[in-house]
Amino acid sequence: MARRLTLTGNDAAAEAMRQIDPDVVTCFPITPQTELMHKFAEFVADGDVKAEMVLVESEHSAMSAAVGAASAGARVMTATSANGLALMWEIVYIAASNRLPIVMPVVNRALSGPINIHCDHSDTMGCRDTGWIQLYSENAQEVYDNVLQGILIAENPEVLLPVMVTFDGFIISHTVEVLDALDDKDARDWVGDYKSTYSLLNTDEPATFGPLDLQDYYFEHKRQQIEGMNNATGVIKSVGEAYGKLSGRAYGMTENYMTDDADYVVVALGSTCGTAKVVVDEMRAEGKRVGLLKIRSFRPFPHAEILAGLASAKAVGVLDRSVSFGAPGGPVHKEILAALSGTGDATVVNYLYGLGGRDISLDHIRTVFEELETLAGKTIPADEVRFIGLRG
Amino acid sequence: MAEMLEIRWHGRGGQGAKTASLLLAEAAAMEGKYSQGFPDYGPERMGAPMRGFNRISEEPIRVHCAIYSPKIVVVLDDTLLTAADVASGMPDDGIMIVNTLKPPQAIRSELGLKGRTIYTVNATGIAIDEIGRPIPNSPMLGALIKVSPFLALDSVIEQIRKKFSHGFRPEVLDGNVRAINRAHEEVTSE
Repeated sequence: MARRLTLTGNDAAAEAMRQIDPDVVTCFPITPQTELMHKFAEFVADGDVKAEMVLVESEHSAMSAAVGAASAGARVMTATSANGLALMWEIVYIAASNRLPIVMPVVNRALSGPINIHCDHSDTMGCRDTGWIQLYSENAQEVYDNVLQGILIAENPEVLLPVMVTFDGFIISHTVEVLDALDDKDARDWVGDYKSTYSLLNTDEPATFGPLDLQDYYFEHKRQQIEGMNNATGVIKSVGEAYGKLSGRAYGMTENYMTDDADYVVVALGSTCGTAKVVVDEMRAEGKRVGLLKIRSFRPFPHAEILAGLASAKAVGVLDRSVSFGAPGGPVHKEILAALSGTGDATVVNYLYGLGGRDISLDHIRTVFEELETLAGKTIPADEVRFIGLRG
Repeated sequence: MAEMLEIRWHGRGGQGAKTASLLLAEAAAMEGKYSQGFPDYGPERMGAPMRGFNRISEEPIRVHCAIYSPKIVVVLDDTLLTAADVASGMPDDGIMIVNTLKPPQAIRSELGLKGRTIYTVNATGIAIDEIGRPIPNSPMLGALIKVSPFLALDSVIEQIRKKFSHGFRPEVLDGNVRAINRAHEEVTSE
């Protein structure tokens, strides 16, 4: 039985965490994530969950405590945003390298400076190479669903990697909207109990965690980590299908919306995809063959789904909500160019938008589609970036 | 696709524009509708101009951009009529509801507004009478539902009772409900 709820994105993540009831939750507040942990702290205070909540003095400590608890064999969650993620950076990398299946909602927010509390993807795009799986969420429903799926993906023995479930700061984190949640029994049965493969506390089978690993084995361990991330693609898909059977909402690596015969396709992540779907519907009604390719899993990157979604495209507009300074185009653009390399002659155009929470409207996205129509067949240099909604 | 209703709330920090927009979204969902409620987040502080927003629809709502052309504008404080661009983006058939002692005609001339429909209600006075505090958001919800009955008044009242039953004493809750009902009766058009 589904329960219809009206929640902010933050509260939707907290609701999933309540049902998961992890063994340990480590926490340090940062806008716009604060209300998520505020809500979870209420669940702890009210006795709705048994989780051990560890309040620490910084995000570096939040991730360190998460690594410690996960090494001990606990199911662990934390959450953060922007500068908080930046402060945990060192340990974010260690969590993945130690193969600890921590699940962390990250509420996307611009990195300082100048200081800005609103959404862009500079925080999570900056750690796209830390070895974490990254699932981007379009709305509160997907926040809830991705957190529940994240547990199964992270803990899969073929994967054993931490998962970031990201969603757009304020746009999703602080907007109340309608979603369907599983009832508690279904959610509990879905996540099940966690039995870690290794545990610091298991003295019968002692194991070493995080030792010095020099020229002799470091490389082999990194190779195993690469394999784990490669395995994640299949696991994300099978977990997404199983979740679909349970909830009626199946998930894949991407959502290819009206792309099958599309001449012009926009590629985007996060809340912008909802707005883009409305534009696609409007332009389809006008007879334009347009589509949206929504990237749900940015790590691992959905190579096959990208190729399928862009197969018919004459021109592709890649929307980046973060900058890769000095690089030819934004992070998403570079990946799309690499995926399409040698496959055909679609024109790929990079758009930078929405930094620091700058709004992207229906008209903006329509303008992108209209521009793609004029650019099809042309060769656009990889370092040519167009700006959406920028003054001057 | 069925038409989606968009609403913008103008208030000052502390007047409850955010709470009103979130509560309205929840009340709409209670009726089986789809809704969004969200405020502007700036350097908000007591007394500073701020805005809240709603989308309400019979269909799932996918759009997540800002609201530019609200059909309905609710102004919680008439000093904002000159301090903020309250009529921005309103369509010709738009509706504005202002918390003020003044009649709608005076608001129209103050704004130099052509077209649209203007309603006024003394929501602050009602709030002082019934709740004992000058918080105009709940009476304005009553006025809003009268002017545009896209929800049942009972749904809004039920949601207020549900949402605030933990935090407020019963007499404060009852005062809010009386304030909603009075504003629902007392809101006036041109």
